[in-house]
Amino acid sequence: MIETSDKPRIEFTPERLERAKEILTHYPEGRQKSALLPLLHLLQEQEGWTPTEGMDYIAEFLGIQPIEVYEVATFYTMYHLEPVGKHVIEYCRTGPCMIMGGEEVYAHLKQKIGAQDGETSADQLFTIKPVECLAACGWGPCFQIREKYYTHLTIEKVDEIIDELRK
Amino acid sequence: MTTERPKILTDKTHIPGIETFDVYRKNGGYSAVEKALKTMTPDEVVEEVKKSGVRGRGGAGFPMGMKWSFLAKPEGVPRYLVCNGDESEPGTFKDHWLMKTIPHLLIEGMIVSSYALGANTSYIYVRGELMYVVRILEKAIAEAKAAGFLGKNILGSGYDLELYVQPGGGAYICGEETALLESLEGKRGNPRNKPPFPAVKGLYQCPTVVNNVESIATTSWIVNNGGDAYAAIGIGRSTGTKLISASGHLKKPGVYEIPLGLPVQEFIYSDEWCGGIRDGHHLKAVVAGGSSVPILPAAMLLKTANGEDRLMSYESLSDGGFATGTMMGSGGFIAMDETACVVKNTWNFSRFYHHESCGQCSPCREGTGWMEKVLHRIEHGHGSMHDIDLLVDVAKKIEGNTICPLGDAAAWPVASAIRHFRDEFEWHITHPQEATRPGAIFKGHMELV
Amino acid sequence: MKVTIDNITIEVEPGTTILQAARKIGPEVAPPAMCYYEPLKASGGKCRACLVKVTAGSEKDPRPMPKLVPSCITQVQDGMIVENTVNEQVLETRKGIVEFLLLNHPLDCPICDQAGECHLQDFSFQHGVQQTRYEEERRTFEKQDLGPNIQLHMTRCILCYRCVFTADQITGKRVHGVLNRGDHAEISTYIEKAIDNDFSGNVIDVCPVGALTDKTYRFKNRVWFTKPVDAHCDCEKCSGKVTLWYRGDEVIRVTARKNQWGEVLEFICNTCRFERKNTSDWTIEGPTKVARHSVISANKYGANKIVPEFARRLAASQYKDVHEGRDTSQLNIKQLPEERFKQLIPPAGESAVAGIRSIQNWAEDK
Ligand SMILES: Cc1cc2nc3c(=O)[nH]c(=O)nc-3n(C[C@H](O)[C@H](O)[C@H](O)COP(=O)(O)O)c2cc1C
Ligand code: SF4
Ligand code: SF4
Ligand code: SF4
Ligand code: FES
Ligand code: FES
Repeated sequence: MIETSDKPRIEFTPERLERAKEILTHYPEGRQKSALLPLLHLLQEQEGWTPTEGMDYIAEFLGIQPIEVYEVATFYTMYHLEPVGKHVIEYCRTGPCMIMGGEEVYAHLKQKIGAQDGETSADQLFTIKPVECLAACGWGPCFQIREKYYTHLTIEKVDEIIDELRK
Repeated sequence: MTTERPKILTDKTHIPGIETFDVYRKNGGYSAVEKALKTMTPDEVVEEVKKSGVRGRGGAGFPMGMKWSFLAKPEGVPRYLVCNGDESEPGTFKDHWLMKTIPHLLIEGMIVSSYALGANTSYIYVRGELMYVVRILEKAIAEAKAAGFLGKNILGSGYDLELYVQPGGGAYICGEETALLESLEGKRGNPRNKPPFPAVKGLYQCPTVVNNVESIATTSWIVNNGGDAYAAIGIGRSTGTKLISASGHLKKPGVYEIPLGLPVQEFIYSDEWCGGIRDGHHLKAVVAGGSSVPILPAAMLLKTANGEDRLMSYESLSDGGFATGTMMGSGGFIAMDETACVVKNTWNFSRFYHHESCGQCSPCREGTGWMEKVLHRIEHGHGSMHDIDLLVDVAKKIEGNTICPLGDAAAWPVASAIRHFRDEFEWHITHPQEATRPGAIFKGHMELV
Repeated sequence: MKVTIDNITIEVEPGTTILQAARKIGPEVAPPAMCYYEPLKASGGKCRACLVKVTAGSEKDPRPMPKLVPSCITQVQDGMIVENTVNEQVLETRKGIVEFLLLNHPLDCPICDQAGECHLQDFSFQHGVQQTRYEEERRTFEKQDLGPNIQLHMTRCILCYRCVFTADQITGKRVHGVLNRGDHAEISTYIEKAIDNDFSGNVIDVCPVGALTDKTYRFKNRVWFTKPVDAHCDCEKCSGKVTLWYRGDEVIRVTARKNQWGEVLEFICNTCRFERKNTSDWTIEGPTKVARHSVISANKYGANKIVPEFARRLAASQYKDVHEGRDTSQLNIKQLPEERFKQLIPPAGESAVAGIRSIQNWAEDK
């Protein structure tokens, strides 16, 4: 359970508020709750993660109870309910990627950034999260950093990607 | 032997710039919208789809035209078409590929399908991880709308359609159609008890059709060329072509459009398709239709119990039932050579289902975790012989007793792995030290091909 | 409409579910229900305890249904034929459901306030298997207070969703819900927040297990040593119809009245439940008929039945010194002498209930 806090209120930036309003038009009258998942993505895009204050703001925005937002945010795996590093590396640990040598590649990745599953590197740059199949099995092993897919991973390729992101 | 292969979904995918409206249009795109809206009634479109015999490509293989004809049409109640782009079944990545490569093909299909069903608002639900694909689709929709193929009074036909893309939030279960609808309503992805079926009470309690990306994408071709032409391709009740996502130890993994009825042997070994098993290795086992379907040993996959060549078709893949057959599923073809450990892979899949269970019903919520833990134990050299029977029994107690088919999907891979590879499980139990050594390969009496 | 359940035919209204029809016939054929709760809309369909076999779909289409169906949400068709207690597959499946529900369950009946009126105990008594085959670690959660009067032991929750529906349908603003998914799913408020609503206490009554309990009653007594009495008061917020649970002259608990199936038809307010604990607050109507569910009225669990390990442990548990820090001086009973204790624990193969009954007799003697 999360302790209640007096953290400052979170709101969408004006530009995101416009996008949020546009999203609401996708659904029939009285069905605004449908916007919940897209709005949570919007929140996470803005904040980098999904803080409680932001969820409360969305509840208010949609005219629903905060618990309805918490129920949804905790059901899905993409919403980071705790602060994360700048780059969240979500690597696929499922069968096809595993048999394509995923384990070795990911072990190297973890060693390189110095963080284990669920951890954030000391420099706050990387958070590593194992996820299930990313629908890129034929191009595995693979991971995703925010919206971008990285496929056909090898140890060398991982080195390149991480070195690039560290710059 | 290379014959002229019918290409229904992939005839334009090689064209540079095909993801843009202009290039797609110049290459004959959106002609199906013109034809349907200007020259056909909605029922005529439904009729062509029925004639085509095309079956749902999301996994269950239910005839699409028949599903459409079940849609309830009460007066004054909106109807919805929802496209299922949640694609999360391990081994399956064809919808991902299709949507990012040729987004307008799906949009065109959405327009003719929505028209056929009388839907004025339609949604494409895409798994949240594919946010970049969501953006590709949104851009394509904006282009199509600007060109008058979406919005009010499309091409002067009087037909209105708004099309929206909805991202998911990361949950395999939202591929199950009623969970998808719950998710689209902004809720947890808990599948609904059925009946009522979506055709009667779906999105917002209104009649709804849910179809897979690939299913909907075929409708443009069917409208353009007729249902009979589609039905002429394929074999028996497996009409048309199918996208296969090929992964694992193949020379050329990737997405292939095959005519249904292609021999499995040819699909794996011909250079036209997967090009065979990677050099120096031999095929041990295949999961032919996505992680949920029963795994088969190589020999059993290539030949049916009657000694006939097995074909890539709904009927042939399931020939022999679960004793010696498997299923077409979503077409996620995962090939494993002798280096793959069946126990490890079964545990991995089992962890997947445990992780993805929504937790609503007790057999799946508790049973998936139980199976995972027992398999983990066996894989790590701490199993005992009675664990194997325990797994079989737990799988049996889940199967058929749950709200949605995820329970079955979790049970089948375990049951089938034990059915066909029991000796490998036993080896893990009797030779834990050998079996847990990194790179250990089971050299039992498995038949490699 | 005609429907036949376990060879007994009954006439029911269209729209009746199989479970409702079976209940109309009587408890002998009524399937167990762990999540369904008739007064709550949308309840049912989740626990799968009530699965039955439909051997003929209807008069018109007499084909059997391929899978077992959840009787609580499946409507009868004219001429439907259903098998519940007479069907091997149903009974076997039910054993599996008990096993699944107990898999991650703590089995801490000795320190659980629900013991004696717990539907999960009843369910496992009647349908359970002999012994658990589960060797893995059980899932655990911390205890949580949902405000000053309600305590949540998430470890005991079977995720029936009843309390969620209750909060939605009876209290308006819901502050607790189901978080996470799969076997990590839990009932919670997410952030620390009291459930603060005049009708919030009803979640205690709808909870089939000891997950949601009345803090004002905690460890006060074992339910089978209390005396339930129906009473009412003139309440401005609710019907005021309640059951008072007495120990001696003291009202130690107030609950809503439950029908034969353990369901509350008239929900009560928190004032009645938590604050009116003097006999003088109430007009007494008379002794409550003990619901069929409770272990106390266990005569239906006939002897000679193979008693599940779980039930034996329960019987044994009645006399364990139940909880560290628990004020046992408040109990009516004292520790039993060792030999008496052994005598009461029935060997495998005999009725645990016999044990419980002799315990009761003994307690009444005192
Ligand atoms: C657990 C589960 C996951 C599913 N995932 C998908 C999916 O990702 N994509 C899909 O199209 N269908 C999926 N399905 C099948 C859908 O429920 C539904 O049958 C399908 O979308 C219907 O479309 P179709 O008839 O065109 O195949 C899934 C089913 C289950 C039980
Ligand atoms: S079978 Fe599993 S995923 Fe499907 S409803 Fe039940 S718990 Fe949820
Ligand atoms: S009394 Fe019921 S809820 Fe309490 S521990 Fe026993 S079985 Fe669980
Ligand atoms: S707390 Fe009780 S009522 Fe609520 S879901 Fe759990 S078992 Fe059901
Ligand atoms: S298994 Fe890794 S993307 Fe599918
Ligand atoms: S009572 Fe019917 S499924 Fe729970």
